[in-house]
Amino acid sequence: MIFIKLIKPIIPLLILISIGFFLWRGLAINPTLVPSALIDKQIPEFNLRNLISPQQTLSKQIFLGHVSLLNVWATWCTVCANEYPVLIDIKNTHLVTIYGLDYKDDRQTALRWIKKYGNPFAKIGFDPEGTTAINWGVYGTPETFVIDKKGIIRYKVIGEVSHRIWQRILLPLIEKLQREST
Amino acid sequence: MRLIKSVLVILLISISCKCFAENKMIYSFNNNSQQQQFDTLTYELRCLVCQNQNLAESNATLAADLRTQIAEMIVKGFNNQEIVNYLVNRYGDYILYEPPVMKKTWLLWFGPFILLAVGLSVLYIAVYIIRRRENKLSEISTIEKQKIKRILSAMEE
Repeated sequence: MIFIKLIKPIIPLLILISIGFFLWRGLAINPTLVPSALIDKQIPEFNLRNLISPQQTLSKQIFLGHVSLLNVWATWCTVCANEYPVLIDIKNTHLVTIYGLDYKDDRQTALRWIKKYGNPFAKIGFDPEGTTAINWGVYGTPETFVIDKKGIIRYKVIGEVSHRIWQRILLPLIEKLQREST
Repeated sequence: MRLIKSVLVILLISISCKCFAENKMIYSFNNNSQQQQFDTLTYELRCLVCQNQNLAESNATLAADLRTQIAEMIVKGFNNQEIVNYLVNRYGDYILYEPPVMKKTWLLWFGPFILLAVGLSVLYIAVYIIRRRENKLSEISTIEKQKIKRILSAMEE
């Protein structure tokens, strides 16, 4: 009874604090970031034409044996355009192979784009219908997958890869993955 | 002025009609039950781009692509569970409007019942305390009634 008497005046305060806590947590959650269901799973099978040399087909074999990034991009995607110089910087560090997935794009426009802004990608798969992207669980561009030597997806960046994300998240992860055995 | 206004109205209406007409592909199915299957699935699944719309309503290109994918799978003879599994494996539980019952969602599913139980027990305890207090009050009043009676009878004498 004494306990209840002591606590009674601060009950409204406690309620206020708990409501405030939940609202604050709610603000911190970004609902547009949907965690990937493919983390720690094997990359899906695919069969795509190479954007630059269409007679060549690309399959999941290209990912095996080394750590790599797969960047989903398109010339119509403005955020991808912001991200593009960062990808070129990453390529120039020679620390990791970047593959591209050109999503729902026009081939000629994409080729012109690469000519103009350079090519950070070792190989680019051309996915004009977006069906391969569905298999990868892509729901917007840009998205960047980190794939280990065994072809397992270890991380996904949704949205733009900035220098900050590269330094803070991707680089340490890639270094760790490179120490793993094949 | 009037003419310009009416022309403008017609123009705007025609633009809005075009927006509605876009993106809605019509899929051909072998029979009615496949059409029904398609309608239920696209109604139950969430569009990941505009998250408060389902796949049937959304005009996002991804939703259109997923509708095409679902339609193709239906024509190939996949059942509802297989199609839902296919999408959940790629996009996660988030694509479902109804979250599955699992360890992570226990609080979500059973939390309201826990709250109900807490509320009921608080109510019960409160009623119990008030009752007891009232009983005490009535005890006091009977003693006092006797006192009053005694005083009254003393005065009469």
